[in-house]
Amino acid sequence: MALLDRTEGGGAGVGRLTRRQAYEAQLRRRSNWIAAVSTLGVLLALVVLIPLAPGWEAVKRSFFNGEVFAQTFPGLLQAFLLDVAIFAWCAPLIALLGLAVALARDVRTPAAYPLRLAAIVYTDVFRGLPVILVIYLIGFGVPGLGLPRPWNSPYIWGSLALILVYAAYVAEVIRSGIESVHESQRAAAASLGLSERDTMRYVVLPQAIRRVVPANMNLFVALQKDVALLSFIGPVEIFRQAGVYKSLMANFTPYVGAAVIFLAITIPATRYADYLLNKERRARS
Amino acid sequence: MSLLELRGVEKAFGDTVVLRGIDLSVGRGEMVCLIGASGSGKSTLLRCMNLLEPIDDGEILLDGTDIAEPGLDPQPVRERIGMVFQSYNLFPHMDAAENVMLAPRRVKGLRREVLLPRVEALFERFGLTDRIHAYPDQLSGGQQQRVAIVRALAMEPEIMLFDEITSALDPELVGEVLDVLRDLRQQGMTMVLATHEMGFARELADKVCFLDAGAILEDGTPEEVFGAPQEARTQAFLRRVL
Repeated sequence: MALLDRTEGGGAGVGRLTRRQAYEAQLRRRSNWIAAVSTLGVLLALVVLIPLAPGWEAVKRSFFNGEVFAQTFPGLLQAFLLDVAIFAWCAPLIALLGLAVALARDVRTPAAYPLRLAAIVYTDVFRGLPVILVIYLIGFGVPGLGLPRPWNSPYIWGSLALILVYAAYVAEVIRSGIESVHESQRAAAASLGLSERDTMRYVVLPQAIRRVVPANMNLFVALQKDVALLSFIGPVEIFRQAGVYKSLMANFTPYVGAAVIFLAITIPATRYADYLLNKERRARS
Repeated sequence: MSLLELRGVEKAFGDTVVLRGIDLSVGRGEMVCLIGASGSGKSTLLRCMNLLEPIDDGEILLDGTDIAEPGLDPQPVRERIGMVFQSYNLFPHMDAAENVMLAPRRVKGLRREVLLPRVEALFERFGLTDRIHAYPDQLSGGQQQRVAIVRALAMEPEIMLFDEITSALDPELVGEVLDVLRDLRQQGMTMVLATHEMGFARELADKVCFLDAGAILEDGTPEEVFGAPQEARTQAFLRRVL
């Protein structure tokens, strides 16, 4: 197991190590040993010490109950499909709105100044509010206007709240990408006679979007988690379903089940985003 | 009549005056070399010529029309003036052929099928045939710069501006780029170069201008400027670089 980064000495095979290589190999072996022993020690301490806590038996019964877990897990998985569906229709709309707002902030014609101003106010407001607050205000507020079915659905207005908040973040990320494209690219495009619009569309934006894919991936991982907040205004998605099971069975294990399901999606996605980010960083250095 | 004529061009960035009353005329088919120390205003002068930088005062006449007239749309002017940069500035997300075809497609509305044979011919002319679908990061500096020249040529400009296009290249790659300029010179392209390649300027330029602190201190034929410089500053500069 490669606990620490090991860089192999260039070319020299085993048995033909120089004195320095042998010394460095010894250092590496020692580091790996120390890391392994220390990790094992911490794990052992956790496994031994936690069950010694006075409330452990009660916690084990109500949070890590295997029977309840097995009983509720399929239902939770079913409910999670709703989270995935909400995510699936929000994500493309967020991407579109985010892009539109980012472009609006970059417009330089005086006539379009109101558009630019609106974009600035929009990103400031929605990045400045807690997501749950926006969901409450829009999710309860708009249907309160007395709209007829199906226009009073919490799915519509809850989704809109998520879209508005997340598009503000995505817009800022895209804008930072646009600004990261060097001025010399715009100069080259201008010198060829390309219009500002074509320069943005064919030269700046393709480079900017590529650069901010990892950052946006992180935002979409966060979105997948925040979908659970819609449960506060009605939809029975996984978090609400876990709550229902909790009340039925007087046991908290369904929440742990829900956590497991979220992690199964978000950890691989986060790792992948980090991988892309590192690749991007290497490509640019 | 000269193809490009500058009269009393002034330019400042904030409080820093970069160009102080530049007068310069470039005849059709002529090659003019701008020499001078870094910061003397060569690059800014070139960027003013195709309106990448707005000038503060003066006139820039292209074929007799003042292109620096306030309120004039710079786009049609830039189509007629090609420019090649020190750092190549190829578009990294497009292959060489797409780099070259973008402007003719979008600005002139030409179709890919029409352009491709023309682009292939240009790539062949400059020894790039096997690199036509390579991306910029797969090309050497010399190849990138040749693609950048092809990209500017594809717009069929009346005049080409070159901003120290060999300064970022490894020494062994300079020759292949200078060969391209020689080729263009023979074809009768009108060219203005900011350059540190004194040997090249001496060999091929019709006119050499020595810039110092934003003004053309001395100009003339290569024989005059390199052979018998009149100004003390010119003499000092040439002693340092030759």
